Amino acid sequence: MRSQLEGSQAVARTVARCRPQVVSAYPITPQTHIVEAISRLVRTGELEGCEFVNVESEFAACSVAIGASAAGARTYTATASQGLLFMAEALFNASGLGLPIVMTVANRALGAPINIWNDHSDAMAMRDCGWVQLYAGDNQEAVDLHVQAYRLAETLSVPVMVCMDGFVLTHALEPITLPDQDEVDAFLPAFEPRQVLDPDEPVTIGAMVGPEAFTEVRYLSHARQLEALDLIPQVAIEFAQSFGRASGGLLTPYRSEDAETIVLALGSVIGTIADVVDELRDGGASIGAVALKSFRPSPLSELALALGGAKRVIVLERALAAGIGGIVTADVLRALGRADVEVHTVIAGLGGRAITRASLRGMLERAFGGELGELEFLDLNTGVAERELARQREGRRPGPHAEGILRDLGIVAAGPA
Amino acid sequence: MFAARVHGRGGQGVVTAAELLSLAAFADGLEAQAFPSFGSERMGAPVVAFCRIDSKPIRLREPIVEADAVVVQDPTLLHHVQVFEGLGEQGYVLINSSRTIEELGLGELAERHRRERIATVPAGELARARLGRPIPNAALLGALIALTGVVSLAALERAIGDRFKGAAAVGNAGAARDAYEHLRRPVHA
Amino acid sequence: MSPSRDRGGSGGPDGARRSPGPYYQTGTFAVGGRLLDEGERAVQADEGRANAITKGHRACQGCGEALGARYALDAAMRATGGRLIAANATGCLEVFTTPYPESSWQLPWIHSLFANAPAVATGVAAALRAKGRSDVRVVGQGGDGGTVDIGLACLSGMFERGDDVLYICYDNQGYMNTGVQRSAATPPAARTATTEPLGEHPGNAFGQGKSAPLIAMAHEIPYVATATVADLRDLEAKVTRAMGLHGPRYVHVLVPCPLGWGSAPAETILIARLATESGLFPVFEALDGRIVGVSTIRRRVPVEEYLRRQRRFAHLFEGDGRPDVVAHLQALADRNIERFRLIAADDGTGDARASGGADARADADIDLLDALAAGERGP
Repeated sequence: MRSQLEGSQAVARTVARCRPQVVSAYPITPQTHIVEAISRLVRTGELEGCEFVNVESEFAACSVAIGASAAGARTYTATASQGLLFMAEALFNASGLGLPIVMTVANRALGAPINIWNDHSDAMAMRDCGWVQLYAGDNQEAVDLHVQAYRLAETLSVPVMVCMDGFVLTHALEPITLPDQDEVDAFLPAFEPRQVLDPDEPVTIGAMVGPEAFTEVRYLSHARQLEALDLIPQVAIEFAQSFGRASGGLLTPYRSEDAETIVLALGSVIGTIADVVDELRDGGASIGAVALKSFRPSPLSELALALGGAKRVIVLERALAAGIGGIVTADVLRALGRADVEVHTVIAGLGGRAITRASLRGMLERAFGGELGELEFLDLNTGVAERELARQREGRRPGPHAEGILRDLGIVAAGPA
Repeated sequence: MFAARVHGRGGQGVVTAAELLSLAAFADGLEAQAFPSFGSERMGAPVVAFCRIDSKPIRLREPIVEADAVVVQDPTLLHHVQVFEGLGEQGYVLINSSRTIEELGLGELAERHRRERIATVPAGELARARLGRPIPNAALLGALIALTGVVSLAALERAIGDRFKGAAAVGNAGAARDAYEHLRRPVHA
Repeated sequence: MSPSRDRGGSGGPDGARRSPGPYYQTGTFAVGGRLLDEGERAVQADEGRANAITKGHRACQGCGEALGARYALDAAMRATGGRLIAANATGCLEVFTTPYPESSWQLPWIHSLFANAPAVATGVAAALRAKGRSDVRVVGQGGDGGTVDIGLACLSGMFERGDDVLYICYDNQGYMNTGVQRSAATPPAARTATTEPLGEHPGNAFGQGKSAPLIAMAHEIPYVATATVADLRDLEAKVTRAMGLHGPRYVHVLVPCPLGWGSAPAETILIARLATESGLFPVFEALDGRIVGVSTIRRRVPVEEYLRRQRRFAHLFEGDGRPDVVAHLQALADRNIERFRLIAADDGTGDARASGGADARADADIDLLDALAAGERGP
């Protein structure tokens, strides 16, 4: 049934319909509405047979999920930003042990400086932890990806994180069709663990592995990610067949087939980009977009196919590899290989800065005119940045960057410099 | 597309106002998107929330920069926060106040726009009469409907019924209707 | 230990019981014992024991942890009819029991990380509850580092939530697996690789450290006990008693480490006994935050007798030695004896030790935390 719902509420109700048996929860902005909603569903009995554990940290949240999943329970948790990093060790542990945990990451910037708003630096920082990383373009897709995630995770025995933009999606109300309980039950069979802690058949899970075998074990996780490249589109097709709508997959092109310029992006910004593409196409520009849905595994051949015919590709990134530039860009370059395509990185929307149509249009006009650099920062206040750098070079105790900049912007009262 | 921006302070139901408007639009068979501008949760701090309404699916995710309507729940914001930034020439303004536009010092603003689209309504008082508390959001939405006709009053009442229970539902719906009546104009989109 | 025919057998729960003939090593001093009634024999004496940790593991000769873990887990397995799952922290026990591709574990066992064994145990318990498997119980275990330092947050969370987990800490007073570094359980003056016997304050500093059992008691969980590998029947009895309860339970076992302590492998049990007989390691049981029993000191020894057997304290006796430090340690032992009432209220010559469980009571219930708060000094 289609209703007007907050993203978080919709995700919570969908996760409940996946029948998790253990949910571990530690609150962090902007994921709080999700875990609060699931807690209520457990208490009202709407979600039955589920143990909801209020844990003392995100590290504990993932650890409880590890124990529960290893004991054969379908398991869920959610986090963002600092919380994701606090559980970093456990993320690697879960994927190394092959536990099919599903987790929502409500993408939020990483500090310092502390920032509660949306960007992708959290999940990007964990890109090699062995979890599948899927990005939702809107709240309908966020909902759908959780169902697909359990199917994927339990088929492959690999944990999956579903990334949805913090605040922008989690706190937005929009029309969403929640999958019915029957539909979900049909799509998700009962969890059959590949390994399980059971007194009837004791196994040792988590033994030390030395140089003689570690490479092989790691290779297996690589092989699993490659399997996921095949399974992700397959699950998406089956989802479409069962639920009647397209969702997920590896990537989704938008008017890009014959486009001279293609913008690649992850997450909800694709909506704004699509509007800009339409406007510019109306004006005669040859432009399209590609929404990357699976960041890990990285669909290199699909990227090559989708982007290889363009003259220029602009990778719009909501995270930054300091000193280098783009993160997703590295995968794009690898995918394109020697193809004759200009690749530009535009870093945008860090720490929740809005990505506006006007700014995108301006950037694209410059791109069409051949003026776009290899690495640019959208809407960077260069004056402020350069004044702060100058202050740092002055040598006297300049103070923290953030304070200097905020004073310059007039957000903080000017005190003694 | 119709883009409304609601300004107020934390605790005044600004976010709920945008949500209710989106629920009403949905009830009328329209597409709608509502979201707050986000900050740490603090009572009394300025808050902005947004609502877009359209007949086709809304993909855009930027904050509302060019507003078709600006609703101000708390007049103390008027000369502190740039509440009218990006308001289109044809835009609507609705302010929670028992004073007139001129008395609020906004005569010049009214002259730069269409005067009949700039209004005040004593939403807080109407709410207090119906709800016992001066939470003005539902009343302001009722007035907004009268002013803009963007959604139907019936749809708003339905949204209120879905979102609130019991006395709160009844009170909010009553306040919305009162404000609607207070401001009734011929409907034009 | 001089034989004492006069004393005869130990005082069991049903009073003094004498064995036939000149045999005096019964009860807690003889874990097997064809000389004992079956009901009094250790779990380890039973051929049908679970052998949760079976032979072939790679522990050092004389490893106290291997000994303690074997007794504790087989007791837990017996108490639960073999329906037990274990979550283990990174550390010596985990490493020496699972040298890839072999495993000593004969029960379902998971090792996740260093700091999260209590949380993983919580997760396993939650899964079992969700599945309606009330027949299967959960044990979490780790060394002092993984429990008292890096694992303390997860341990506290497990206690606070009331999760149904027995957590066992094998305390060898340092990070032994990584080469003997100091932990919050390392005693003052002890040498470790990060607290070398150099300078004016040789070895680990005084005034540091934390008592995990007291922290556990502060959470008012159903059961907290300390034990050592010198009293293995006592350890078994405590684990058994713990498994008869539900909710969070904590058992803290002193397990000497010949490598880290610089002691003779054959003296592991002796050293554990000296730790308790000197008063440095109090052995007690607490229910819901109140001490309900202590193992009184049977034959008190000065701390020096304990310290001299371990090279980690050798610097206190070399050359002129450090009698001031030894005196400081003695004062700590004296304080424990007073606080925990480790000397029986009578003349202390009676054989107040029982064959199982710390059921020798020097006094009425001791609410230690209340006493500490009031600054009480004891009798």
